[in-house]
Amino acid sequence: MGVRIAEEWLHSCSGCEISILNIGEPLIELLEKIDFVHIPVLIDNKYYGQLGDGKELRIPEADVGIVSGGVANQEHLEVLFEMRKKCKVLIALGTCATHGGLPALINEWGMKKGIDDYYKTPTTEPCEVPSEVVPKPLDRVYAVDEKVKVDLMLPGCPPNPALIAEVVNALLEGRDPAIPGKSVCDTCPTRREGKGGVSRVRRFLQNAQYDPEAPIDEMRCLLEQGLMCMGPVTAAGCAAGRGVPSCIRARVPCRGCFGPVRKKGNQMLDMMNALASNGIDWKSVVDRRSLLRFSGAHGLLKPLSARKGEE
Amino acid sequence: MGKVINIQPITRIEGHAKIAIHLDDNGNVSDAFLHVMSLRGFEKFIEGRAAEEVPRIVNRICGICPWMHHLAANKAVDGCFGVTPTPTGHKLREVCQIMAHINDKILHFFFLAAPDFIIGPDSDYSVRNVIGIVKKAPDLAAKVVKMRQLGQMMLERFAGKAMHPIAGVVGGFAKPMTEKERRSLLDDTRTLLDFALFSIDYAKTSVFPKYEDAIEHLGAINTGFLGTVDDTGALRLYDGHFRLMKGDGSLTEFPVHKYDKFLSEHVESWTYGKLPYAKCWNEGFSMDLDAPKGVYRANTLARINVADHIATPRAQAELEEFREKFGRPAQGTLLYHWARLIELVYACERSIELLEQDDITDTNIRAKVEPKAGRGIGAVEAPRGSLIHDYTTDDNGCIVKANMIVGTTHNIAPMNMSVRQAATSLIKGGVYDEGLLNKVEMAVRAYDP
Repeated sequence: MGVRIAEEWLHSCSGCEISILNIGEPLIELLEKIDFVHIPVLIDNKYYGQLGDGKELRIPEADVGIVSGGVANQEHLEVLFEMRKKCKVLIALGTCATHGGLPALINEWGMKKGIDDYYKTPTTEPCEVPSEVVPKPLDRVYAVDEKVKVDLMLPGCPPNPALIAEVVNALLEGRDPAIPGKSVCDTCPTRREGKGGVSRVRRFLQNAQYDPEAPIDEMRCLLEQGLMCMGPVTAAGCAAGRGVPSCIRARVPCRGCFGPVRKKGNQMLDMMNALASNGIDWKSVVDRRSLLRFSGAHGLLKPLSARKGEE
Repeated sequence: MGKVINIQPITRIEGHAKIAIHLDDNGNVSDAFLHVMSLRGFEKFIEGRAAEEVPRIVNRICGICPWMHHLAANKAVDGCFGVTPTPTGHKLREVCQIMAHINDKILHFFFLAAPDFIIGPDSDYSVRNVIGIVKKAPDLAAKVVKMRQLGQMMLERFAGKAMHPIAGVVGGFAKPMTEKERRSLLDDTRTLLDFALFSIDYAKTSVFPKYEDAIEHLGAINTGFLGTVDDTGALRLYDGHFRLMKGDGSLTEFPVHKYDKFLSEHVESWTYGKLPYAKCWNEGFSMDLDAPKGVYRANTLARINVADHIATPRAQAELEEFREKFGRPAQGTLLYHWARLIELVYACERSIELLEQDDITDTNIRAKVEPKAGRGIGAVEAPRGSLIHDYTTDDNGCIVKANMIVGTTHNIAPMNMSVRQAATSLIKGGVYDEGLLNKVEMAVRAYDP
């Protein structure tokens, strides 16, 4: 019998689960050492028993629990509490679980407003917002560690399959996993020439300057090219096993999908500071709050009404 | 007193849903529902964002088909800013979209759906999954894992990210394709075409013949269909116009940007998922199994039904064989799987066709872009159905309003009908078991929601 793993997805897109599959052929070898006892995307284990007649939501006991997605409704909470209760070690997988992720952008309005307005689009018949059987929304999107104790955080949107495999292998071998602690910039091979030259950042309306036939380390740093790039304030991880940060490989600037590099950092404030210290006018950033697009949980993004008086 | 059977969560699908089967005092099905349990509100929280950023936000709607949202959004932003992508920018987008279809179909058929057929619908749930296939048919499993990985990695190598992509940009594409990249993608897509042909042969000889009865009856309903075709009536996944077919085969065609004149969305109190229907049929909306109104289906079977032909030879041959056997439109719900494999063949052939075009390596990949006020409507055929993004921007090029109808949503009414049909015909006098409940789920899985 291998190490028992239970996996759940909450306020999520299934990308984290696809990243688990993207471990690829090594996953087949791993399957000899681990047993998935619950993972809705792959296995037909049911909360209320296989005949659907149970009274309480149940997930089997496991050595390791993996949860993707943030927490945004009562069902997410119920599933998360059950996972915490049944799993010895709990891993938050992906940036939604660790920092709220993109769906936490709704925290600028709150869940209720987001849901209400969804039922008012021009193609939607006049209606009441659904409220029978469907789970009741919470006030906002929470990261998993705002609701339960989490033993290990593995961010990324999507998380890097190489790092997921590293964490599972480390658990099997009883050692600490080797997770990068640096910033995206620290793993980026582009050429930096130093400060100066840029006083405002540009929107990404024009491609970066580079020779497509030349190696990436000959392309100049995108921030030095005047493009908003969040590499300085974003946790590394996307480059592991690939050599180059993912977006940079497509010659596109980073938007921060691994969350803040500083523990409990604020990607928006940290980025403003990074720009200012390089002599760049932070007011040239359009829609500043979207710099928190991956990390708006933990109370960082709030409804406009609640924000008044803070600025 | 009656009772409710709770199949929760529905498993081996992408998303959060449950089935509730209501039994009356005699143990017969009085009603059955598919409840969509989650809602994130992307339409709301892209408000205020710089429009050119939105294609790399809405890709997170779905981790299985992020390219579809990414590219529908790019098209919508092109429309807002009044820009036409360069010819090569346009082709690079299509080749990525079509390569993403390849992976999706391998994932759905072999990882999510196949356990029901290869391990068996009544087998124990603990082995009725892809891990069970690894143990029961290790050679097949190794091949499938390798091919899916090949498909995923080829996209990642070229476009930086296979999942939650960033390489499509308003006006075109962020990086050109080098000759070296083109050759390596051609090698990979040719390997995948061989695998696609193997897959459909395998399914036709070793899978479908064993389930002829289920293919005809499980979840069977009569509806219309929605898909995308070009001016010759050929199947298209990346662009074209919508074609809506009634159950009797009659057609209504409309351009993508007029979607709101032809489609409407009904809402029920018991599901977060909206229920789109064909407003243009002027019959209203009803999920009555004997006389549904306004209900059409999307996704593979729908596209195969509405297309007059497929412009690539192997897929066309498969379509002819399919049509010979099942007619047009084919209504059997499990035929979605068969149609999915035909599209897998098409996607491989179309990738090769695009990669063989000389100008795919042209470096003029992005048109000049200036943010401004406007409205843009972008659509593609996502694996799960016609995907529509509709944005309005302000003078600064930021989103003020958004509407989306995503692939799976079109099938929410039909899935409810298939669930009710399956449950009603399978459960009588309170007699049911695990295998039988799994068969009700199989009716949902065919739609790959």
